[in-house]
Amino acid sequence: MSSLMPGPPAAAPLPGPAPGAPISWRTARVLAIRDETPRAKTFRLQLPHRTRHMAGQYFVLRLTAPDGYTASRAYSLSSPPEGPDGSTVIDLTVELLDDGEVSTYLHEVVQPGDELDVRGPIGAFFAWDGTTPALLVAGGSGISPLMAMLRLARNTARPDLVRLLVSVRTPGDLYFADELRGPETSIIYTRAAPPGDPRGVGRLAPSDIAPLVRGGETAFVCGSTGFADAATTALLAAGVPTRLIRVERFGPSG
Amino acid sequence: MPGTTRGFFGRSRAARDPRLPPGQYDARDDWPVLHAEATPRLTTDRWTFTVEGLVDEPTTWTWAQMHALAPSRYSGDIHCVTTWSKLGMTFDGVSVDTLLAAARPQPSATHVVAFSHTGYTTNLPLADVTDGKAWVVWDAEGKALTAEHGGPARFLVPHLYFWKSAKWVAGLRLLDHDEPGFWERNGYHDRGDPWREQRYQGD
Repeated sequence: MSSLMPGPPAAAPLPGPAPGAPISWRTARVLAIRDETPRAKTFRLQLPHRTRHMAGQYFVLRLTAPDGYTASRAYSLSSPPEGPDGSTVIDLTVELLDDGEVSTYLHEVVQPGDELDVRGPIGAFFAWDGTTPALLVAGGSGISPLMAMLRLARNTARPDLVRLLVSVRTPGDLYFADELRGPETSIIYTRAAPPGDPRGVGRLAPSDIAPLVRGGETAFVCGSTGFADAATTALLAAGVPTRLIRVERFGPSG
Repeated sequence: MPGTTRGFFGRSRAARDPRLPPGQYDARDDWPVLHAEATPRLTTDRWTFTVEGLVDEPTTWTWAQMHALAPSRYSGDIHCVTTWSKLGMTFDGVSVDTLLAAARPQPSATHVVAFSHTGYTTNLPLADVTDGKAWVVWDAEGKALTAEHGGPARFLVPHLYFWKSAKWVAGLRLLDHDEPGFWERNGYHDRGDPWREQRYQGD
């Protein structure tokens, strides 16, 4: 995952460590592992300290081999901030990538009780503070950071602030399927839809986005590069200005 | 050295390319696109590049004027902080040395901020963009740089993590102090040397 190139110097909130403060490695313990789909698992981690994060941020996870070789990847937090004092438990949702060195290890080897080195939270631009209207647009595994936003909105009794559109290939590819549905969410299918779905199947189109735009909201887009480009094009066409669009592209990152 | 992760042995290191810094993998044919905003569509007829700040001759070049400068090529590797590297890339453009020779940095200049047409900024020591270490480039692998990869022109500082190589670059501002840029204010390292794994503040 993760966004890592130019973004504008917008008045983004500044959560987490103060500018210039070290982002230290910590050893977390795996509390639970949950299957989201056959190719996605959520790892619930107990941190050794309290951490304050914003919905949309990520942690970096590092694996170390006996000879000192390390492999690190960034994973979005799918859990929302618990409150102003922060959290000691976080959820990281990990998609299994073909040939993914880290995701394969996490999916196939890690068990509850294992220890993993992590650091974070990181990423201030793609983060929502839970107080302003937001349109969330997810492609596939891009739902993870946006789920943290939806959960935050619901936990704080402000589901009216968010609208969420998620695009998946088939019903079986939908993460958080039991929890996600609600009046503030819409689900579109690109390859196979449930019987009777009035939209049918097809890639994200401007006509999917336009009805969700209220004006003045910040749009958070998360997905593959192709999905992100289609979504931003549709948002711009619906009148959302560039300065209110924040994008996280999921590249192949193993 | 950090503690060992149970059951993790990693990929075979026998085949690991010595050009890969620690913690990086070879993206091979992929060139991941990673930025945090809508991709801007800039036209070359209105594109400019400016060197300003602590220089004797603040200078702005148009697209045509940039292309009239002495061409310079970088052939080598690039490294993104998100852990991918691409090996054996070729970029064409002009050397930052050529631009600074025209603008003439003042003796007090110690750092630069590279800024983009989108408002993105990133900071570097002046010494990291002089003596053949940095470019403004418009071709990658012999083809015009696409908008997704920062076209029409991006900054290129290949010995540092790639967030320093600002996409859609608009200019350099020379300063007598370090001034953290967009990602650096948000937890990323001020220098970003991939061989020292300077990914985040404190590394």
